[in-house]
Amino acid sequence: MSEHHEHRTAVSLEGLREDDPHLQPAARNPQLVERVIALTLLVGVVLIIGFGAAYWVNAAPWTLGATMGGGLFFLGVGLIAWAKYLMARGPFVEERHVLATSQDDRDAFAAAIVERGGGVVKRRRVLGGLVGGGLGAFGVVALFPLLRSLGPLPKGTLFHTDWRAGSFAVDITGRRVRVGDLAVGSIVTVYPEGTQNTDRGQAVDQTVLIRLSNENFTTQKGRESWGPMGYVAYSKLCTHLGCPVGLYEQQLQLLVCPCHQSMFNVNNGAIPNFGPAPRPLPQLPLYVDAAGYVRAQSDYHEPVGPGFWERA
Amino acid sequence: MSDVVVTKRSKKQAMGKYGRIGKVLDELDDRLGVAKGGRSFLDKIFPDHWSFMLGEIALYSFVVLLATGVFLSLYYIPSSAIVTYHGSYLPLDGQSMTEAYASTVNLSFAVRAGLLMRQMHHWAADIFIGAMVVHMARVFFTGAFRKPRELNWTIGVTLLTLAIVNGFLGYSLPDDLVSGTGIRIAYSIILSVPLVGTYLAFFVFGGNFPGTAVLPRFFILHVLVVPGIMLALVAAHMALLVRQKHTQFPGEGRTEDNVVGTPMFPVFMAKTTGFMLIVTGVTALLGAFAQINPIWQFGPYDASRISYAVQPDWYMAFLDGALRIFPAWSFHSFGHTIPLEVTIPAVIFPGLVFGLAYAWPALERFVTKDVAMHNLLDRPSSRPKRTAAGVAVLAAISMLFIASSTDVIANFFHVSLNTVLWSMRVLVLISPFVAYPIAYKITSELHATRGSGKRKTANVVTRTEEGEYVATAAPAYADDVAHDLAPTPVPQFIETSQPDEEPESGVRAIDR
Repeated sequence: MSEHHEHRTAVSLEGLREDDPHLQPAARNPQLVERVIALTLLVGVVLIIGFGAAYWVNAAPWTLGATMGGGLFFLGVGLIAWAKYLMARGPFVEERHVLATSQDDRDAFAAAIVERGGGVVKRRRVLGGLVGGGLGAFGVVALFPLLRSLGPLPKGTLFHTDWRAGSFAVDITGRRVRVGDLAVGSIVTVYPEGTQNTDRGQAVDQTVLIRLSNENFTTQKGRESWGPMGYVAYSKLCTHLGCPVGLYEQQLQLLVCPCHQSMFNVNNGAIPNFGPAPRPLPQLPLYVDAAGYVRAQSDYHEPVGPGFWERA
Repeated sequence: MSDVVVTKRSKKQAMGKYGRIGKVLDELDDRLGVAKGGRSFLDKIFPDHWSFMLGEIALYSFVVLLATGVFLSLYYIPSSAIVTYHGSYLPLDGQSMTEAYASTVNLSFAVRAGLLMRQMHHWAADIFIGAMVVHMARVFFTGAFRKPRELNWTIGVTLLTLAIVNGFLGYSLPDDLVSGTGIRIAYSIILSVPLVGTYLAFFVFGGNFPGTAVLPRFFILHVLVVPGIMLALVAAHMALLVRQKHTQFPGEGRTEDNVVGTPMFPVFMAKTTGFMLIVTGVTALLGAFAQINPIWQFGPYDASRISYAVQPDWYMAFLDGALRIFPAWSFHSFGHTIPLEVTIPAVIFPGLVFGLAYAWPALERFVTKDVAMHNLLDRPSSRPKRTAAGVAVLAAISMLFIASSTDVIANFFHVSLNTVLWSMRVLVLISPFVAYPIAYKITSELHATRGSGKRKTANVVTRTEEGEYVATAAPAYADDVAHDLAPTPVPQFIETSQPDEEPESGVRAIDR
């Protein structure tokens, strides 16, 4: 029972001679070490009490963090110093047990599964098949309603916005934009009237309205009537990942997406000339009505925002 | 019975040799039979090396996350309902915002210690994933994933994946302008999956972006589902560690069949508890002094607003970098679109990276045909090819990490965004091929150097009285000397002072 007695004397601190390599250099004077550690722990205790006091008086957050963090830190340092300098150091050794069991055990285990279980299943194939089939069917059947209840089917949702023929373009406050409102070079984010304060309006219908000149402006062939009085409107959803194309470089006439720096040239139909966006921003055909309001001729002619499988 | 005078002394005798603790253990052992296993657990040896504490940082950050997370969940409201803010943070007074954002601002300013807890939670998350990555690198470069520990490597990679996912979910919850943009990007990434992407996105978000389902769903995933799975996996990770015992570096008296280090009780327990306190303490100090994610400055999310220089948390940055530098290669055909500019960098690429991590133990075994058990660790220098391969992958991912701030770099160094973009494209592609040979050369040279893996001692140059200079090697560090001492078994029993007593069980010799 006491065969390790010799080892005990080798690891207990008092038994160590000055030149024993087990002895930590700092532990040559254990009384001093103990005092330093005690002081460290004491600082920790005081700070923890300080944390309680700071919380009590509702001190600033940094005071709470400083007292709590400092207290835990000093307690931790003291505890580790105690372990490092005053506890047995070793090194100690322990044998690893072989995890693998004997071949007999493995065979018995495998036999129990294969022969016992296999026997049962073989004799009662129909029953086994029914249990397995029933559970499998439950898994499959459960999957569909589970998935299906998570959300509506996409149907045509991604293909349309709330812009309609005749929709008034309004700003975030709901004010209808009139032809005299924007100076050339100005920009405003507009929504089809009624959606400006809705999630869908902000996430899907958001459109940038830019005034590029005082004359009708044609961005591309076939869009001759889309830019009345220099007003041109593009979807504000980046065709890369759907961030709002929120920066307008007036000098370069580029709409810039701050997420991944796609840039769209507003003069030529918002064709991307830099960055990862693969498609131009869809353009909204506009007209100016008799009262001078800027309105949509129709919805966008293509889906807005990032690409998806069903998009042609 | 009543006339028995119970003195302190007789009470102590009635308690048995080890007092109250002995009594409690007796009672426990009667019911659960814990004495034998408990004793050998206290004697369990933990090898000592600084790199073994990286996993401990991850573990204790996880503890901090759970504790601070419970606090936050008491005040956070996962709701997209619109409210008008009238709280103690005046700059936002009167603004309309979601309840989620308002409750986050409130818990930051109106709840006592709320801001500290929120900042600690965010810091702990960043530290957690950082520690996991570094711990994973340690396990990789030292070959600790080899047989018999492949399963624990697999659990570890799963934990890292879940931690990154949960980090993103938690980051999204405040519904501020920056995190809301992150959710928007996540939606578009899900949308980009060929064939089923639209359905996936609609099922995850309960409809078209943004909808009202996403915050409650992210919340329950973030606080229950993902951490629940992680907790189980962390327990399994630890259980396998105990069952298979820790690996160790080669050294004096260390073999494949033993473990050399310090015993669980009291030395390792004291060290690791101290370390837990330090990790928590440092997180609290960071929470106190280093501002993180000041959502009240970003403002509430509004899908049509955006701020400049939007960067995700650091662990998502490599994906953001990949999205930035990947060319605009959208695929259109047969009436369908595959947004390759998103699918490849944000779906296929991370799938490949984590797939490679999962497959590595099998890949390495396939190449080396090494099926032996390994309890002794490799030094990174003794396996130049593996080390170089790891460095190559890390180099490419680091370049992608840098690529996530192309706009900031261009602004800061006054170079064109185009130059930065193309530089990063080139760097990402060539960095693994540059890093591999360099790492290979350095590690092979190191391996060939005598005494590698040991700290170098100084050469002390002294001048003799004759004016001659003599170089002598300084003595080895005390730590290194102790490291090389022949290890001893943990003392089992000591002789008690009364020789007539049975030394059946005894005072532990090392319980100082």
